Amino acid sequence: MSKKLRKWLRAGSPWVWFNAGAVAISIIMVAGLIGLLAFHGLRHFWPTDVMQARYQPPGLPATEVIGELIESETVLAERLQDSGVDVDPAKNFYQRDLWKFGNREITGTDFGWLLTDYISEKKFPDALTVLERQQWGNFYGIPIALLERGETLANSRAQAENDSLLWAELQFRLDRAYELREEISSLQGQELGRVNSELERLRLLERALVIADEMSPTLKQEINENRATLESRLLVIQLRLNRLKAEISRDSVLMRAVNNREVQIALEDIVRAYQPNQLGLPGKFAVYFSRLWEFLSAEPREANTEGGVFPAIFGTVVMVLLMSIIVTPFGVIAAIYLREYAKQGLVTRLIRIAVNNLAGVPSIVYGVFGLGFFIYFIGGEIDQLFYAEALPAPTFGTPGLLWASLTLALLTVPVVIVATEEGLTRIPRSIREGSLALGATKFETIWRVVLPMASPAMMTGLILAIARAAGEVAPLMLVGVVKLAPSLPVNGIYPYVHLDQQFMHLGFHIYDVGFQSPNVEAARPLVFATALLLVIVIAVLNLTAAALRNRLRENYQALDV
Amino acid sequence: MEDSQSTNQPQTPAGADGEAKVKSEICIDIKKLNLYYAKDTHALKDITLAIPRNQVTAFIGPSGCGKSSLLRCFNRMNDLIDECRIKGKINIDGVNIYDKKTDIADLRRRVGMVFQKPNPFPKSVYENVAYGLRIQGIKSRRILDEVVENALRSAALWDEVRDRLEDNALELSGGQQQRLVIARTIAVEPEVLLLDEPASSLDPISTLKIEELINELRSTFTILIVTHNMQQAARVSDHAAFMDMGNMIEFASTDVLFTNPSEKQTEDYITGRYG
Repeated sequence: MSKKLRKWLRAGSPWVWFNAGAVAISIIMVAGLIGLLAFHGLRHFWPTDVMQARYQPPGLPATEVIGELIESETVLAERLQDSGVDVDPAKNFYQRDLWKFGNREITGTDFGWLLTDYISEKKFPDALTVLERQQWGNFYGIPIALLERGETLANSRAQAENDSLLWAELQFRLDRAYELREEISSLQGQELGRVNSELERLRLLERALVIADEMSPTLKQEINENRATLESRLLVIQLRLNRLKAEISRDSVLMRAVNNREVQIALEDIVRAYQPNQLGLPGKFAVYFSRLWEFLSAEPREANTEGGVFPAIFGTVVMVLLMSIIVTPFGVIAAIYLREYAKQGLVTRLIRIAVNNLAGVPSIVYGVFGLGFFIYFIGGEIDQLFYAEALPAPTFGTPGLLWASLTLALLTVPVVIVATEEGLTRIPRSIREGSLALGATKFETIWRVVLPMASPAMMTGLILAIARAAGEVAPLMLVGVVKLAPSLPVNGIYPYVHLDQQFMHLGFHIYDVGFQSPNVEAARPLVFATALLLVIVIAVLNLTAAALRNRLRENYQALDV
Repeated sequence: MEDSQSTNQPQTPAGADGEAKVKSEICIDIKKLNLYYAKDTHALKDITLAIPRNQVTAFIGPSGCGKSSLLRCFNRMNDLIDECRIKGKINIDGVNIYDKKTDIADLRRRVGMVFQKPNPFPKSVYENVAYGLRIQGIKSRRILDEVVENALRSAALWDEVRDRLEDNALELSGGQQQRLVIARTIAVEPEVLLLDEPASSLDPISTLKIEELINELRSTFTILIVTHNMQQAARVSDHAAFMDMGNMIEFASTDVLFTNPSEKQTEDYITGRYG
């Protein structure tokens, strides 16, 4: 037996088991992480049935409750007692349910715990409608009438008898409101924004001329004429906007909420309306994907706890791309000098050690450096020199996209240098000599043979840089990320790429929604969904770079010689 | 030329049938060449030699005798090595290549080199051959096509790769790669070809092909070949130089050196008693 055991040991079987076990644990952890994020994050978008029930805790009057059941848990009776709930001393444990009541304007809170024992008469009426709104969160209720310019539509009370007729009419009018809202937002976002930015540029031009003392009456007149044109255009847009706004506020719906309260809701406020209790599976999927799409493509509402995260996705990607554009050439050039041109000696060794150590500096330190050096010093100088007319309002002397990208580029440049250097060292001497022997200069050899062959290594460096930069949040809070940015850093308004603008970032968004949000319950699923999204965005960025590297490798596979 | 012959010993090939070869013009004239690696490694000692044009000259000798170092002096490849110093002169076509005014890139174009191990670039076959021309700034596809084809034909490789011009050169066999490297070298029309043990990493059949190729090329180029293989030296070369410990022991026409060496050391080496 012991002989067998010894043989088993000598053959290295336990070692193999350890190895395999370590790999298995890693895989389980990663899969578990992604699985958890996906479960909590993606579940949020599913339209759950809305329940109507009677709730009567002992000693209190009965109330009607309407809402979505979020989760259930078992609590100790003492804990309930501590929070002032009367409990039966005979029971140690209570079951309680977390409900989403919505209707924040009438209930005050849109989430609440109910003790399961006291809930009775559960129903799922077909007519219960969920209204997702621009403000105040969801509304749960039953539509009872439609109003046009404050007047109840004559036949809508009658239609209310037959729910589906009223529902069809509501849908019809909602579609009209959606279209109008689209028009308003494009007017506001693009045309109004464009005219405003042109006006602002005109104002800056005027100030610049005054500062430079080059203002002449003709110029002044020209500027004033331009301004007059722009202002009249602004007026036209404003008029159109007012008309549209009047149009969109035409309709509203009268809803019966809990305990027979009637609430009037303007259709312009409604983002989405559905009746989950009578939706079949396909209908639920339609709502699910519509909500998921909203999350990916829309702007946030309600202090980031509702709506989408598109500006954050966009900001993250733009920042990472900009960082890549800055860090790759910079790191590669530095590595080429260190490896190919610099005399290998004590100084180069010291520099190399310093570069490696730079990679270990905590990122928040880079943030502080970025703020102090890039923003206050360089940005301040740039403002003095080029944007003096806008002062005291800073242009580049304030956190922004460019500075965030630069700070991250600085943070990741050691990784690129180290990886590129490694790639350069691996290129066989014989290949370099082959090129030199054909009459190529050192520069030509590096440019035409060495660099292409080292390109996969550079991509490896870039992949590592992206992996590190995309997930970085701490330094960004100092150098350009904000909770809510008014517009995207790349848009249709001249000069199209706004390097000086602040932007949103998925990592910071998670922090903001998770820790700074007043509405914890509403924010929690979004934290998971955003985290999942951040992981996906980083994975996509990395995979793109990896695919690029693999293509380069195929072309330059000579490294195995 | 006169004083190079008068300096000492057998500088130009001598021998019974060397008459015609003696008359041929001198291409490379080496005068008192000394090469030092690092501080006190004296790798080449007072080499003085005159190498005739459009003929094959072989350098033989035991490992570490300095024959490769000597070869790398002709295209100044030794410049790449830190702390490598050279004294003396090498005149190619009467011009000292160690002159300060020498354009090293141009020198290396004129004096092509093929290394021990095939070292094609990880590019297509076509781009490998076109590389030297692209360096010179030639962009015309017509000229490039022509030169590539001619070079590959001269290197006896055209028939094997004519359909694979866009394939990666690393997919060729070792022998094909070495001939590709030769094609790449002759594409820039050098005057001198330096072959540093060109067949040492190849199988016998590929070696044979390389030797046949050297025979083809001898009329166009001055070829200098370093080899460990004495049969090979005997087969391909017109002249042979035997070196030992950084000294040039004997330089003569191949026939003479292999059949009737004047130095005892040479004889020992050739007959296998030494080395």
